[in-house]
Amino acid sequence: MDHDATADVNAPHSMGTTIIGVTYNGGVILGADSRTSTGLYVANRASDKITQLTDNVYICRSGSAADSQIVSDYVRYFLHQHTIQLGQPATVKVAANLVRLLSYSNKNMLQTGIIVGGWDKYEGGKIYGIPLGGTILEQPFAIGGSGSSYLYGFFDQAWKEGMTQEEAEQLVVKAVSLAIARDGASGGVVRTVTINSEGVTRKFYPGDQLALWHEEVEAHNSLLDILNASNPEPMST
Amino acid sequence: MSSIGTGYDLSVTTFSPDGRVFQIEYAAKAVDNSGTVVGIKCKDGIVIGVEKLIASKMMLPGSNRRIHSVHRHSGMGVAGLAADGRQIVARAKSEAHSYENTYGEPIPIKELADRVASYVHLCTLYWWLRPFGSGVILGGYDCDGPQLYMVEPSGVSYRYFGAAIGKGRQAAKTEIEKLKLSELTCREGVIEVAKIIYGVHDEARDKTFELEMSWVCDESNCQHQKVPEALLEEAKAAAKAALEEMDAD
Repeated sequence: MDHDATADVNAPHSMGTTIIGVTYNGGVILGADSRTSTGLYVANRASDKITQLTDNVYICRSGSAADSQIVSDYVRYFLHQHTIQLGQPATVKVAANLVRLLSYSNKNMLQTGIIVGGWDKYEGGKIYGIPLGGTILEQPFAIGGSGSSYLYGFFDQAWKEGMTQEEAEQLVVKAVSLAIARDGASGGVVRTVTINSEGVTRKFYPGDQLALWHEEVEAHNSLLDILNASNPEPMST
Repeated sequence: MSSIGTGYDLSVTTFSPDGRVFQIEYAAKAVDNSGTVVGIKCKDGIVIGVEKLIASKMMLPGSNRRIHSVHRHSGMGVAGLAADGRQIVARAKSEAHSYENTYGEPIPIKELADRVASYVHLCTLYWWLRPFGSGVILGGYDCDGPQLYMVEPSGVSYRYFGAAIGKGRQAAKTEIEKLKLSELTCREGVIEVAKIIYGVHDEARDKTFELEMSWVCDESNCQHQKVPEALLEEAKAAAKAALEEMDAD
């Protein structure tokens, strides 16, 4: 390969990513991987893609790292003013609509897929998906990023309404792990943020402790060992 | 009660020595001389009623509406100079529309009242503008339940259980205070408001009037709309009957 080896290091940071948001009985859980890549180089292997907008609303960012950071900074600023004006915490719906406004109005310049999740006293836990063009869609769960391609079938089968917090957390961690296993642009650790009426909890799952697929791959003897054994048995068909 | 502020009342940007802005007080007089507007908050919604004094027999009934919808979930009853009131309603509609476009949800009534009040107040700050000669009673139903606000020409806005402006406001307020609002449904509230308006109408001084009423409540699906024809007729009949009863004593 004779392309310039330093090209990757200077390329724009993008977040080939896996991001997930699910609602459960009482709130929402947001989950993400932690790989930020520039080309083939992993610029940050432990990034935090789950960003706070207000006390009760967080977002998962995917796509261009710069674009999604700017959008989240603007929306945080607008939400802050809105909260002061209203005299009470902003609703998740309002936060999602502000993200949508920016994404849609600047669709020619931005490349971000965002999942907005949070809890408010009127609607409870809510998830909104805002993909590339600036559509806004309220969903019981949302997935995004390059790794999400591998999760559509998984969620069709594994998702159910009204899960408990533990069930939902396990679902999110499992899903991100599966995507990390198959998507080269996703990796690192799994971060989750749980938001409900009681507040916000952050959890961290180190990369080496994640199940690679649904059962841990067990070590088994290689062919060479069988051949070197004193009594090689014929292989059964 | 009324005093002339000679010399200090020529401009809305002049204070009097005792700290009053006379132009704003004079604007309030315009509201005080208009037909009564009554608003009450019942347990399941808001009822607004207006004593619409008819200037001429040639006017079509139902024209020159004094109650306007601001948004799906809210409406205003206007008292004072009609043209000024029209501007306030237009501004309220515009604020409600732009809020929903930006934030994706219907404007909270508290926020709407704040914005209308700010706008009315704005027009009392510059010498090249005059204050609005009208006050509004704003009622709406949002996710925090039914709410009633009143905005005066000074730009002051408070939240009320029951409010009245215009000619018969003193008598109307006395009547409203007798009601147990927390137990009334809007259906019952409509009858009560009709009785109050018929009661405060001064036959001797004023000409005939038309009763205009609207509500926003559970029964109207949280939409602001005219009180249905049948209920309005029932309310008018009950009000007239109550008047006769009083006269008979």
